[in-house]
Amino acid sequence: MAGIELTGLSTVYPNGVRAVDSLDVSIKDGEFFALLGPSGCGKTTLLRTIAGLEPATSGTVSIGARDVTRVEPGQRRVAMVFQDYALFPHMSVAENIAYPLRVRRAPRPRQREVAARTAADLGLDGLLERRPGQLSGGQQQRVALARAIAVSADVLLLDEPLSNLDARLRLEARTFLKRLQRELGLTTVFVTHDQAEALALADRIAVMEAGRIRQLGSPREIFQRPGSTFVANFIGSTPMNLLPGAVRSGAVEVAGTSLTEVDLPDGTEVVVGIRPEYLTLGEEGIPGTVSIVENLGITSLVTLECADGTLIGVTVQEHAEPRIGAQVSAAPQPGRLLLYGQDGVLLG
Amino acid sequence: MSGLVLRRIGYTVFMAVVLAFFAIPMLWLASAPFDSRPGLGLRWPDWTLDNVRATFEHPYALGSLVNSLILCVVATAVTTLCATLAAYALSRVRIPGRDVLLYVLLLLSSVVTGTAAMVPIFVMMKQLGLINSHYGTALVIAAGMLPAAIFILKDFVDAVPRSYEESARVFGASPGQVLRHVVLPVARPGIATILVWSFVQAWGNFLLPFLLLRDVETQPGAVLLQTLRDEGGTANLTVIPVFSLLYSIPVVALYLFVSKRYGFRFHGGIKA
Repeated sequence: MAGIELTGLSTVYPNGVRAVDSLDVSIKDGEFFALLGPSGCGKTTLLRTIAGLEPATSGTVSIGARDVTRVEPGQRRVAMVFQDYALFPHMSVAENIAYPLRVRRAPRPRQREVAARTAADLGLDGLLERRPGQLSGGQQQRVALARAIAVSADVLLLDEPLSNLDARLRLEARTFLKRLQRELGLTTVFVTHDQAEALALADRIAVMEAGRIRQLGSPREIFQRPGSTFVANFIGSTPMNLLPGAVRSGAVEVAGTSLTEVDLPDGTEVVVGIRPEYLTLGEEGIPGTVSIVENLGITSLVTLECADGTLIGVTVQEHAEPRIGAQVSAAPQPGRLLLYGQDGVLLG
Repeated sequence: MSGLVLRRIGYTVFMAVVLAFFAIPMLWLASAPFDSRPGLGLRWPDWTLDNVRATFEHPYALGSLVNSLILCVVATAVTTLCATLAAYALSRVRIPGRDVLLYVLLLLSSVVTGTAAMVPIFVMMKQLGLINSHYGTALVIAAGMLPAAIFILKDFVDAVPRSYEESARVFGASPGQVLRHVVLPVARPGIATILVWSFVQAWGNFLLPFLLLRDVETQPGAVLLQTLRDEGGTANLTVIPVFSLLYSIPVVALYLFVSKRYGFRFHGGIKA
């Protein structure tokens, strides 16, 4: 059991790409920590740097107060599950799970015992003699997890743990993963490009872009108060409305409608951020014409077209769906409006 | 309709000729050794074991097969071992001009042990005192096969995902353990392919042993075969058929054994 401390960590590839750019992160003991970002943002490189598979160019990695920056991957007491699971195809499930013990030259009976016990914990009994090729995707993932937790590591690293599963299985695996992490209380860092996964699983999320962390916080904070338009755009299954606005006589105006009072000089150009879920359709607010209705199951995403051409997304309950072409208004729920400066940073 | 029938007849006749072309020497190999008067033609044998006895009593026949085995086992072992390690390194380490290096090696290998290099090789081996040495000859044969073997094997090793190795490394495996536990077993079909390929190549190699093994007692089967004739130049048909049969057994046996044990697929360096 141990936390992870990253200080001024940079990883630069030989071709000069700064995949990880002077990061300072402190991951607490037992925390479920997500690294979230679009592809190419350096999240996987950061995970591999923690594992020791990529050498850190500068800065330090400490696990449980031990500086492991120059320590071999195998000596860091970390376990890792790869995106493709990296199960050895020539070994049975039991041999795969027991592999970390085989490396440590544990006696064979002990290897078998640990493999059987871990497999049973993860609902893999009866599959011990199978080859990985004979298992389903979900089973393969659990074998990879079993192998990672077969020996007690300080830290569990997961690279896109759910991306190789089909949609239905992914939800099941997500719940399973969260329960497993709770039960083991193991400090876990996982990489994902799926914001829903990060929101559902993590205790804290680091949103990364171009090797830097753009925002670090609990899923709630990140969802409710994205620190920048980049994060705002990235988080949420329906994208946040980012509307051009301006301050006129002490209030923010969007598409000709005055919304909320602000303490900014008149004429300041801002970007108004509001989630479709935090808008209510009715008589008040920004008027517009319903142009598109997308059915999302229990809710629908309604797109309003304002007089000046601004498009606003509003989520409505299934029974309150407006007709196409109807004239309605969208009003933000109190306290849900976010203002960003022209540089994309949250104001106030 | 008749056009179709004609086409089928034509096709069948063509296939029969092609099949006969390959099958007749095989049938000869099965019948001639046991024929009392073996000729170069194919006929139902007049059964006898005299030829077998004559071959076994030949002063060099069995010895040459042992020589062949020594040459092949050494050359195959050196080729397989070196090619595996080299292919692994070349597959994993990024060095500038790696692919060019591989192609140049492959190209030169046909020259290195080709006819053009025979004089320098002979002179070099003479100065090293390795003429009439099985090990020296085996090394030259292995050196000639290595580039092609590395080229083919690199393809197989490239196909082993890096995440397998990284996974093993995170669990604490040393580089040696990674190689033994993960890379070699996963690349095993490729290694088996190289094993059989290099054995067959070495077994049939004539020119190098002919040049470098001057003493008839050290010559392998491939070289001895062309000396099996009398002063007039007529082939010794008492010994040749049985010797040919014996000579072909190890290759077939190795192929069957490796195929059964490792289930290798012959890719010729191109992955399916």
